[in-house]
Amino acid sequence: MTSELDIFVGNTTLIDEDVYRLWLDGYSVSDAVVLRVCSGILEQTGATAAVLQSDTMDHYRTFHMLERLLHAPPKMLHQLIFQIPPSRQALLIESYYAFDEAFVREVLGKKLFKGTKKDLDDISTKTGITLKSCRRHLDNFKRVFKVVEEMRGSLVDNIQQHFLLSDRLARDYAAIVFFANNRFETGKKKLHYLSFGDFAFCAELMIQNWTLRAIDSQVDDMDMDLDKEFLQDLKELKVLVADKDLLDLHKSLVCTALRGKLGVFSEMEANFKNLSRGLVNVAAKLTHNKDVRDLFVDLVEKFVEPCRSDHWPLNEY
Amino acid sequence: MPGKLKVKIVAGRHLPVMDRASDLTDAFVEVKFGNTTFKTDVYLKSLNPQWNSEWFKFEVDDEDLQDEPLQITVLDHDTYSANDAIGKVYIDIDPLLYSEAATVISGWFPIYDTIHGIRGEINVVVKVDLFNDLNRFRQSSCGVKFFCTTSIPKCYRAVIIHGFVEELVVNEDPEYQWIDRIRTPRASNEARQRLISLMSGELQRKIGLKVLEMRGNAVVGYLQCFDLEGESGLVVRAIGTACTLDKLSSPAALLPACNSPSREMKESPLVHPPSHGCRSTHNSPIHTATGSRLTQNFSVSVPTLIYTGMGSGSAGKEGGPFKALLRQQTQSALEQREFPFFTLTAFPPGFLVHVGGVVSARSVKLLDRIHNPDEPETRDAWWAEIRQEIKSHAKALGCHAVVGYSESTSICEEVCILSASGTAAVLNPRFLQDGTVEGCLEPRLEENLPAGCGFCHIPYDELNMPFPAHLTYCNNCRKQKVPDVLFTTIDLPVDATVIGKGCLIQARLCRLKKKAQAEANATAISNLLPFMEYEVHTQLMNKLKLKAMNALFGLRIQITVGENMLMGLASATGVYLAALPTPGGIQIAGKTPNDGSYEQHISHMQKKINDTIAKNKELYEINPPEISEEIIGSPIPEPRQRSRLLRSQSESSDEVTELDLSHGKKDAFVLEIDDTDAMEDVHSLLTDVPPPSGFYSCNTEIMPGINNWTSEIQMFTSVRVIRLSSLNLTNQALNKNFNDLCENLLKSLYFKLRSMIPCCLCHVNFTVSLPEDELIQVTVTAVAITFDKNQALQTTKTHAEKLLQRASTDNEELLQFPLELCSDSLPSHPFPPAKEHLESASSNSGIPAAQRDRCSSWIELIKLKAQTIRRGSIKTTVTVEKASPMGEGNFRNRSAPPCANSTVGVVKMTPLSFIPGAKITKYLGIINMFFIRETTSLREEGGVSGFLHAFIAEVFAMVRAHVAALGGNAVVSYIMKQCVFMENPNKNQAQCLINVSGDAVVFVRESELEVVSAQQPAANCQPSCPGGEVTT
Repeated sequence: MTSELDIFVGNTTLIDEDVYRLWLDGYSVSDAVVLRVCSGILEQTGATAAVLQSDTMDHYRTFHMLERLLHAPPKMLHQLIFQIPPSRQALLIESYYAFDEAFVREVLGKKLFKGTKKDLDDISTKTGITLKSCRRHLDNFKRVFKVVEEMRGSLVDNIQQHFLLSDRLARDYAAIVFFANNRFETGKKKLHYLSFGDFAFCAELMIQNWTLRAIDSQVDDMDMDLDKEFLQDLKELKVLVADKDLLDLHKSLVCTALRGKLGVFSEMEANFKNLSRGLVNVAAKLTHNKDVRDLFVDLVEKFVEPCRSDHWPLNEY
Repeated sequence: MPGKLKVKIVAGRHLPVMDRASDLTDAFVEVKFGNTTFKTDVYLKSLNPQWNSEWFKFEVDDEDLQDEPLQITVLDHDTYSANDAIGKVYIDIDPLLYSEAATVISGWFPIYDTIHGIRGEINVVVKVDLFNDLNRFRQSSCGVKFFCTTSIPKCYRAVIIHGFVEELVVNEDPEYQWIDRIRTPRASNEARQRLISLMSGELQRKIGLKVLEMRGNAVVGYLQCFDLEGESGLVVRAIGTACTLDKLSSPAALLPACNSPSREMKESPLVHPPSHGCRSTHNSPIHTATGSRLTQNFSVSVPTLIYTGMGSGSAGKEGGPFKALLRQQTQSALEQREFPFFTLTAFPPGFLVHVGGVVSARSVKLLDRIHNPDEPETRDAWWAEIRQEIKSHAKALGCHAVVGYSESTSICEEVCILSASGTAAVLNPRFLQDGTVEGCLEPRLEENLPAGCGFCHIPYDELNMPFPAHLTYCNNCRKQKVPDVLFTTIDLPVDATVIGKGCLIQARLCRLKKKAQAEANATAISNLLPFMEYEVHTQLMNKLKLKAMNALFGLRIQITVGENMLMGLASATGVYLAALPTPGGIQIAGKTPNDGSYEQHISHMQKKINDTIAKNKELYEINPPEISEEIIGSPIPEPRQRSRLLRSQSESSDEVTELDLSHGKKDAFVLEIDDTDAMEDVHSLLTDVPPPSGFYSCNTEIMPGINNWTSEIQMFTSVRVIRLSSLNLTNQALNKNFNDLCENLLKSLYFKLRSMIPCCLCHVNFTVSLPEDELIQVTVTAVAITFDKNQALQTTKTHAEKLLQRASTDNEELLQFPLELCSDSLPSHPFPPAKEHLESASSNSGIPAAQRDRCSSWIELIKLKAQTIRRGSIKTTVTVEKASPMGEGNFRNRSAPPCANSTVGVVKMTPLSFIPGAKITKYLGIINMFFIRETTSLREEGGVSGFLHAFIAEVFAMVRAHVAALGGNAVVSYIMKQCVFMENPNKNQAQCLINVSGDAVVFVRESELEVVSAQQPAANCQPSCPGGEVTT
């Protein structure tokens, strides 16, 4: 006696969050069954392994069918095939787009379309995330990137609108998209100590201050690209190092601004010239694409490392 | 006669990409009705086209309006080649044809393609203007309402229940026409869908005509089925119950209207005191008889048969004239009817007087090509024959009507088994005639009074019983005779007194059969049938005893024929009826008593069985007042197995053989395990696992013993197909496989729905089919409803109280009336509960209470009776309101204006006729849909499971979309009538046909109702924006 066909369809689509989690994590049906058995569900419910197998298969099939809709969340909202309460829908979407920071850290700033795919295997072994899940992560990034790439308006808003993500998740995606677009180098060994959260924070500030819209909020342009003019202006900053008077003026201004707020104020004051020179040099080079990519490497080399050598307890910014 | 149909195509969304180059689609829409077609403009390069078309107007006969579906085709415009079809939407406009139902159909419909499934959605608005008075035109039957619900719909009142209507239309199946060889699968599927849609429209119209002839205005319990006879054609047949319904409209008219039947009934005895008094004197002989029997019973509890004969003789005499009178009335009412059948399973209070038992008939036919589709006489004759048989069975049971009637077929190649079954019953003539008023003045039998047991009393003359039966006095009223076991196809009457909870009971059986051709095959099948019936019945009886219950409701026996086997599956809900005697246990007897170890084994089995019974009693909270058994005893010593089934099956040769399923002269219910076969049976009895705690299941509308439903419901369909492994199968192996299949399926359901605990699976409907040689397909549709455990505790407490009361009164022999009547009105109760407790405690010791002075108990009896009657009338009004929530409903929803809310509203689906915690305010019309889905890329779509899963989800979606477009927010009485699945994995192909139906309704949550009634204008938009309610 073999089971040829075994399905369960509810008027309200049944979703088991635990199984969804397992599916998202890229486990195969048999692995998921093993994991569920380990969770002690059989003892709790008195079910048999066969029941669990059938149940898992069924959920996986449902998720597989839902996946198409998850790729375009607004469709999920209007589709008629699966009757899912809105709260559940939100949960499905949110978990689908949620990502593992370890994975993001690996691909952050990399070109999302080429090359990375064959590296997925390596990332998978490195991070312990299943290949399937890695692929979902990457596909999510690519999808979001592709949709908002050419769009005007706020990056976060766009992502939120087209993927119905929570504010937090949308911000993270904005950071990922921003990094991918500008191809900031984040993989260098020197940068390994920085977490995704650190970069996301940088990205947010940069989006807020360095992009086109940041300059003129009336210009309803993209958040993705750095403002060329602004970068050009940064070049002018060279005077801050070249001209002694300006250097002093800058120093006094910064010092007044930071006085009392910085625990290591005196060290900062002492090293101001070096630090400032480092920063200004990095800034001045940003008109070149290659240098933009190396922004974070440079920053760490020129700014953070000297600071650290002086045992500053603080991070940059 | 003419009507104007207006259609507007608004927009599309989520269309598929039809042009690979641009990743877009140039879509336009064809709107077709009858032979007229309109087209919209082509909306270039968009997946979300906004056509916003003009109103397309069709001027048509209302006959066409009834028959034809509106056909909307979405196409992709192609300048150079033929336009590609994206998909279609069929809209049944029938709901727009009756005045009270929907006025507009407007909403998003899934665009469906038989090859690709759902491909986007289209927004359509449909309206109908009818010009003339509809009833003048007899070719059409616009205005006759159809309901799938097998009870009187909640916001209506039955004025008259006219009776059975049936119709049948046949046609050639497009799939088998010569043209099918040259056309595409899509064209063939669409031809089929369209034809069936047309045929069901025609069928409905013809049934409507019959209803109008009977002067009815509605069909309730409408059941339409397709027989895919293959080569020989396509049959669409329908049965239903014609009624004259009154809409309960204004709150003022509502209360009296709704309560009147019951009030009339209950009050009439008070209005006619003479008849009442007369009745009490009638009672005396029985009572003395019972009393004297009691004392005798105490000695050893073996009363003589002669004595029983005497007792029953006196009962027979006094009951005689009334019964005869009633019979006469009913007869005259039913006489005009060819078939006094009713497809209803639940009835207005007082409608059902007695229930005789299950009647069923089967017949094996050889299909031949239908030569002339306009004259479907052969098929008609076949059914007429079967119905005749049912009628005669009912007569043999002393009944004039059959309720809970249904028909079904099972087809394999050219052999077809036609089955019909129902419950023989005696009905109250009052509802059947136009002369309603006189009806209520007629003297009534006393059975009408004790509402909780009346229907259990035997309708036949016990002196010449149709079959060897074992009768006892009713445990409730002690006056009338009741059988020891009762099988019925109907729902549990609302007023029935049940002890404990019910449970789903299934009998499953397989029988191998040799492959044969034509007549030989038919003969083989008809030879097997009686044995199958017998075994199914035995299994049911065994399982019922094992559950310590004594009645089955909603019994449905399905016999399925396959190439090389026959399958029998019987499902029913077992309950313990307080009126019926306590079921005896099961005894096991071995054939070879001299073998010591064998003996031991037997006693071991016996112990296991007894343990199971005890466990089940606990599980289902069956704790009947055992004391009564002791004191009153049963007039016949051992409970004897007896059958309530009277059936026969006939072969095509018209030879009718009657099959008596009673176990002959066997005195006790003994299982003889004389061979391995029987051993297996006993084992299989014990392998049935009860549902996990927190779960209950039944196949009736409501679960006896649970009444505090909460609002969460989950309807589902589950399908399983298994392939039998070996070719040389034995019956035992087959049985085991089948049993495991069903059990595992149930287990899976319990597991899946575990988050809803405590919950009950209601209306569990199993369907078995044998699509191929070694394949068994089981389809289950049911609804899981949550209930409140805390409240449940409360009710069990009151229940226990009730039991106590019963126990105490039993001893005083006051159990003339179901005591639930008193329990609600405690303040007026003669005894304080504490005293009752004492009394029952004392009565537990048995003798003192029984020895009580008869005289005083007589006086008390009369006193109490008078009180109970008064109280009874109060109480029953309450039950009526409970039974039909519209009773207190003082809110009526006007036609809901379509709400242009873009979010998808929740549409509930349930196979039940009600929605827990909500009030149905409006019936919008019948939903009857037929879909075909085919694939040539089975593997790519996730194999058979993926294919069918997606298809069923799509069917649900289309049903929901239609309901939402009608302005409704739920489907009740939903049923998946057919799910025919065929696969050919080698060719990577599969095909599936699904037929579903139900009633589209608007419901309002009871909690919202108060707000709504206070604020009428707000109410109008309430149901139209179901998006607001997010419940499941």
